[in-house]
Amino acid sequence: MGITTTKTKTFDYERLSETDSFSAKMGHFGRFGGKFVPETIMPALDQLEQAYNEAKNDPAFNAELEYYLREYVGRPSTLYYAERLTKKLAGAKIYFKREDLNHTGAHKINNTIGQILLALRMGKKRIIAETGAGQHGVATATAAAMFGIQCDVYMGEEDMRRQALNVFRMKLLGATVIPVVSGSKTLKDATNEALRDWMGSVKDTHYIIGSVVGPHPYPTMVRDFQLVIGREARKQIVEKENRLPDYLIACVGGGSNSIGLFHPFIADKEVKMIGVEAGGLGNEIGQHASTLTSGKIGVLHGSVSYVLQDDEGQTLPVHSISAGLDYPGVGPEHSYLKDIGRADYVSITDEEAVNAFQECARLEGIIPALEASHAIAYTMKLAPTLDKNKLIIICLSGSGDKDSFEVAKKLGYTI
Amino acid sequence: MNRIDKKFEELKIKKKPAFIPFITAGDPDIETTESLILAFEKRGADIIELGIPFSDPIADGPVIQASYHRALEKGIKVSQILDMISALRRKTQIPIVGMISYSIVYKLGSKAFVEMALKAGLDGLTIPDLPVEENEEIFEIASKNDVKIVCFVAPTTTSQRMNLITQKTQGFLYYISVVGITGARDTLPDDIVQNINKLKQLTDIPIAVGFGVSTVEQARMVGKVAEGVIVGSAIIKEIEKYEHEPHEKLIENVGNFVGELVLGTKG
Repeated sequence: MGITTTKTKTFDYERLSETDSFSAKMGHFGRFGGKFVPETIMPALDQLEQAYNEAKNDPAFNAELEYYLREYVGRPSTLYYAERLTKKLAGAKIYFKREDLNHTGAHKINNTIGQILLALRMGKKRIIAETGAGQHGVATATAAAMFGIQCDVYMGEEDMRRQALNVFRMKLLGATVIPVVSGSKTLKDATNEALRDWMGSVKDTHYIIGSVVGPHPYPTMVRDFQLVIGREARKQIVEKENRLPDYLIACVGGGSNSIGLFHPFIADKEVKMIGVEAGGLGNEIGQHASTLTSGKIGVLHGSVSYVLQDDEGQTLPVHSISAGLDYPGVGPEHSYLKDIGRADYVSITDEEAVNAFQECARLEGIIPALEASHAIAYTMKLAPTLDKNKLIIICLSGSGDKDSFEVAKKLGYTI
Repeated sequence: MNRIDKKFEELKIKKKPAFIPFITAGDPDIETTESLILAFEKRGADIIELGIPFSDPIADGPVIQASYHRALEKGIKVSQILDMISALRRKTQIPIVGMISYSIVYKLGSKAFVEMALKAGLDGLTIPDLPVEENEEIFEIASKNDVKIVCFVAPTTTSQRMNLITQKTQGFLYYISVVGITGARDTLPDDIVQNINKLKQLTDIPIAVGFGVSTVEQARMVGKVAEGVIVGSAIIKEIEKYEHEPHEKLIENVGNFVGELVLGTKG
């Protein structure tokens, strides 16, 4: 069975990291990762790490998580053959891993359910989160409502404007959305504010980071909660095609849907993995959010990773039409995969993403999130160059309903 | 001898706590920062904590973040700050501790940065987002160069971590008095005395208390239990108040404010 091989091979990958000075304690991936945070929250991270290590080895915890993922989220999500897109591109055969079909319309809920169960296990009384596109905020507010726990979500004012629908959804779900007016008023500033809140509230509050970023243990823990994407996809593609795929393609902001899809295939060298970043409006500083393709190694939000910074370590402004990709950092494990050459990272412009958004809607009857549209746009370039017997899995990380207003505006419609 | 060690030795003989004002380098401009340091020394400040502006500070509250933002908007660079300190060293020997994010240190390179800091005349560094477990390299480099790395203890710090941190810290130990971010508060938490006594059993190194100390009365209270009192946000707010006034007026008024805090601390 595929799952057994995954397990053994994942271990090999970790041994590979070990030879490259992998330190489980501080969560380093080679020279990336770590725990660069104020002393005030160090004990909370230690507590979280311990609680998580206990929980992940506890069959009862895993059974509960599986229960909610199945009964509440609606997993497994389907691996759908995008037949008309495949035919139009006349190259490789394309499958969508349909994370948009999850409850709340994106992959983010896989992680928030896991972390809320963990928070309850630790006896925390309140949940905080940061959000960019609002998908993580909605997923957090949803899980918090379902478990009846107080929830405050930090969101940049600029993102609140772009994602007004998600702001309303969070409020409906009983969460308080706290506008962030500092800095660029986007995801990075919301992250700063959430970390600050946590420094003062750490005793009874759990901070649910929405991506594989931040200090250890978040990059590892969030990845683990998203592994379900790749594990299911692996099983499903073997069932359908009786073999592993040739390409995995997913968008990368912080990198949680992509690492969730990639990780169970890391040891299968024949499977190529491509992360697609936001190329925005162009290559100039402030016009894009292509952290891995144009950034340099630095420290942001608690870990060493590729970052968009100036030569003194100050964070540079970023842009993407997609609020979920509009972030100057990226998960440390992606930086590691890039450095060891296991994954490739490319970028797609706003315009290409909006084009893919429309193509996907027309050809497949699926309106993809702008984030996932980046992965589709890259596939639209790649697939025609490949043989018809090649297989591509795209992580369709979320639904584009939330983006309809932004895209309408871009296309000159008034709604 | 390092200027920080020397200062605490002098104060120990006088049986007085140190007063340590915090300001942001380059807010509102680098000339004002230089004048303020000299003015603070004249009013009896013992050590200066100088914040190096960072775009995404997580350990600091809104007042200091806004101050960093103002300085960065004007294009302040680390090299300008170090040049200012070099120039200042011809006028004063007051110990100066730089507070800097690890994001900047990492980018410039730990070794290169510590050497630049020492050459400019900085006596110590606090790197709030660098926990003791992650900073072997910088401790080694700093020890070789006689730059002190000042570490933090928070009320959330466990006994086990207290042991580790008290063994590592150099120059003094920075005790974060309030759980959470920097900023002025109305009351000081009760656990300060308790935690400071606990720390004193572990180390002889001077303990300075910061984060949330904002009034003369609070400074007096803290000065009775610790070897140092650090005030940041309250001073930055004073600077903000006189930001658009003539340079001399700003220096005079902020200097007076610090003078009162010094009297409170030493009282």
